[in-house]
Amino acid sequence: MLTIKNLHAEVEGKQILKGINLEIGKGETHAIMGPNGSGKSSLASVLAGRDNYTVTEGEVWFNGKNLLDLSPEDRAREGVFLAFQYPVEIPGVSNLNFLKTALNEIRTYKGLPTIEGRDFLKLTKEKQQLVDFNANLMNRSLNEGFSGGEKKRNEIFQLAMLDPQLAILDETDSGLDIDALRIVSNGVNKLRDAEKSFVVITHYQRLLEYIVPDFVHVLYNGRIIKTGTKELALELEERGYDWLKEELHLKESV
Amino acid sequence: MMNSNEIIDDIANKEYEFGFTTDIEMDIAPPGLNEDIIRFISAKKNEPEWLLEWRLKGFAAFKKMQFPSWQHFEMPELDLQALSYYAAPKKKKQLNSLDEVDPELLATFEKLGIPLNEQKALAGVAVDAVFDSVSVATTFKGKLKEMGVIFCSFGEAVQEYPDLVKKYLGTVVPHSDNIFAALNSAVFSDGSFTYIPKGVRCPMELSTYFRINAQNTGQFERTLIIADEGSYVSYLEGCTAPMRDENQLHAAVVELVALDHAEIKYSTVQNWYPGDKDGKGGIYNFVTKRGICKGNASKISWTQVETGSAITWKYPSVILQGDYSEGEFYSVAVVRNKQIADTGTKIHHIGKGTKSRIISKGISAGRGDNSYRGLVAVGPRADNARNFTQCDSLLIGNECGSHTFPYIESRNKTAMIEHEATTSKIGEDQIFYLNARGIDTEKAVALIVNGYVKEVLNQLPMEFAVEAQKLLSITLEGSVG
Ligand SMILES: Nc1ncnc2c1ncn2[C@@H]1O[C@H](COP(=O)(O)OP(=O)(O)OP(=O)(O)O)[C@@H](O)[C@H]1O
Ligand SMILES: [Mg+2]
Repeated sequence: MLTIKNLHAEVEGKQILKGINLEIGKGETHAIMGPNGSGKSSLASVLAGRDNYTVTEGEVWFNGKNLLDLSPEDRAREGVFLAFQYPVEIPGVSNLNFLKTALNEIRTYKGLPTIEGRDFLKLTKEKQQLVDFNANLMNRSLNEGFSGGEKKRNEIFQLAMLDPQLAILDETDSGLDIDALRIVSNGVNKLRDAEKSFVVITHYQRLLEYIVPDFVHVLYNGRIIKTGTKELALELEERGYDWLKEELHLKESV
Repeated sequence: MMNSNEIIDDIANKEYEFGFTTDIEMDIAPPGLNEDIIRFISAKKNEPEWLLEWRLKGFAAFKKMQFPSWQHFEMPELDLQALSYYAAPKKKKQLNSLDEVDPELLATFEKLGIPLNEQKALAGVAVDAVFDSVSVATTFKGKLKEMGVIFCSFGEAVQEYPDLVKKYLGTVVPHSDNIFAALNSAVFSDGSFTYIPKGVRCPMELSTYFRINAQNTGQFERTLIIADEGSYVSYLEGCTAPMRDENQLHAAVVELVALDHAEIKYSTVQNWYPGDKDGKGGIYNFVTKRGICKGNASKISWTQVETGSAITWKYPSVILQGDYSEGEFYSVAVVRNKQIADTGTKIHHIGKGTKSRIISKGISAGRGDNSYRGLVAVGPRADNARNFTQCDSLLIGNECGSHTFPYIESRNKTAMIEHEATTSKIGEDQIFYLNARGIDTEKAVALIVNGYVKEVLNQLPMEFAVEAQKLLSITLEGSVG
């Protein structure tokens, strides 16, 4: 579904991604871990098409399409979804109106009829219950005055509504209380199926106990330096990243 | 059906949709401003002596006045002698029905989306169409007349209802009020007149549509609306002009009079030609609009959506003379490219228990410069007067300007005046957030802007709210990124 080959990207003239290779198959869930500033959010931004990042080398293919050729909105319409690490507030735009616009833009792109009125509200209700999202927040302005956790939960609600093929969750767990973490994870698990793939960026292996990944990658200094299975996350939790960095330096100095 | 990209492309190529000119035979006076031209206009319009005298008083006042200098922009050079003060489509005689209106003119208004043919017209909206200062057609007159509602061109009112005109003309905006009002008093050519009799709720929206077509002319129309005791009227004006390289002056006067328990709702969707990207051409929209709540418990409400004009300079105001009367001002003013707006309102609380509400939403994009200027004055008699002002600015990009000049003068200790102001900016991260949900940049801006102006657009009659919303997205097309 998603193939990343030798991806290099810079921001403000600074090289951030230094040759990422990653293959994500249909129905797979990949976790990406790594120290602060290693480039995890940058990778997510590049995939979503944020324009202050410049791709200097490499390719990204999504369902046979060159993702890097598409505008951010077309990537979303093709089925790439990014749950932001820091969702922005948009005063005056109601959450529901925003979602309806987004959903119908995506549907129109796919040649599907738009969903209006009662059908839309029905869908909203269904998804809101699925991910246990607070109905009172739906009529408020988009993320305006939402608590940190509420914003994260709104990202998952949007994920449920827009039903993408590939969802990248950038530290969706940070800022969630213990109950919310479980509820959100359950929501995500309900959305998982054989057609959908997930990339879960996180610092904590606790999340991965709920959303069990097929693969765990460690991103360090703009590269994936180790790939394993969920046991790798446990090992990182115990040992931190230093041993990996040392391994890397040993390799590089040979 | 077009998909959104096609719609955006369509809009993008549109620049200014109404920039065409109409080829039509015109009566045009030679350029120049003097007593002769005033006498000429008055004679052309077959006016009574008192009106000519009133015009001449206006001209005398004008000659003594200077252009102001307090505004937040540099006063452009205006060569008032170079303008022609009378331009009218040629017609043979008094028109009795629409069939006699030049088909070219009817076609022009159709093109603007204002069909003057009653069968095709919007149900529930009566239109008075003013082309280069002269009213060319008024729809649904007969139907209105049945209820005693007078809705006609100003010129016609002078002939048919001289007593009403004489009683109220200049009582809200005196002939010497300010230099542009004085100029208008001297040379006004036509405009709209409305009278709603006692206790009548006007059954349809009344609407005037202004179109400037001729070159080297100004447009100086006058509107006078009188709502008699216990009556109600909702009135809407719209306007467009061709694209021309030179600037054109529009100096209109609007006077509203609300008697006991009467209510007037006056809405403007202003879309004069704004000039090109570099600020060449465009209309100078220097207009005096004022209403008086003369009667007790009367109400006047101004709603304006200002997207056009090179310079918009106006303060639709309300004098709250009657006890417990109410004034409202709802405004959206948009500037982009090199447009300038210096607009706001003045509310004079005179009667006791008077209330006012001001909601102003400025949007600045490109290199546009937007100022809100508002006065809330409370007189000594105005016990328990209340005002609430909300004044918001939205910035798009880094090169635009936005300013707020609120003035408060209170001479009554029981008055309560509240003022709130915010400034926000459409950020790239907001746009990207919406992009990442499948919404393109144009739609994203429209979504944010529509959310921002909702409170004001809600005040417009339904059909026009939709129009205004479209106009806003077209106006802001291409102003981000
Ligand atoms: N606009 C920018 N200008 C300059 N540097 C930037 C910019 N955006 C990101 N960076 C830098 O890129 C590097 C990678 O940042 P990124 O946000 O991808 O890290 P991360 O792995 O997501 O970290 P965290 O775990 O803290 O979220 C950091 O050093 C950051 O400072
Ligand atoms: Mg990050």
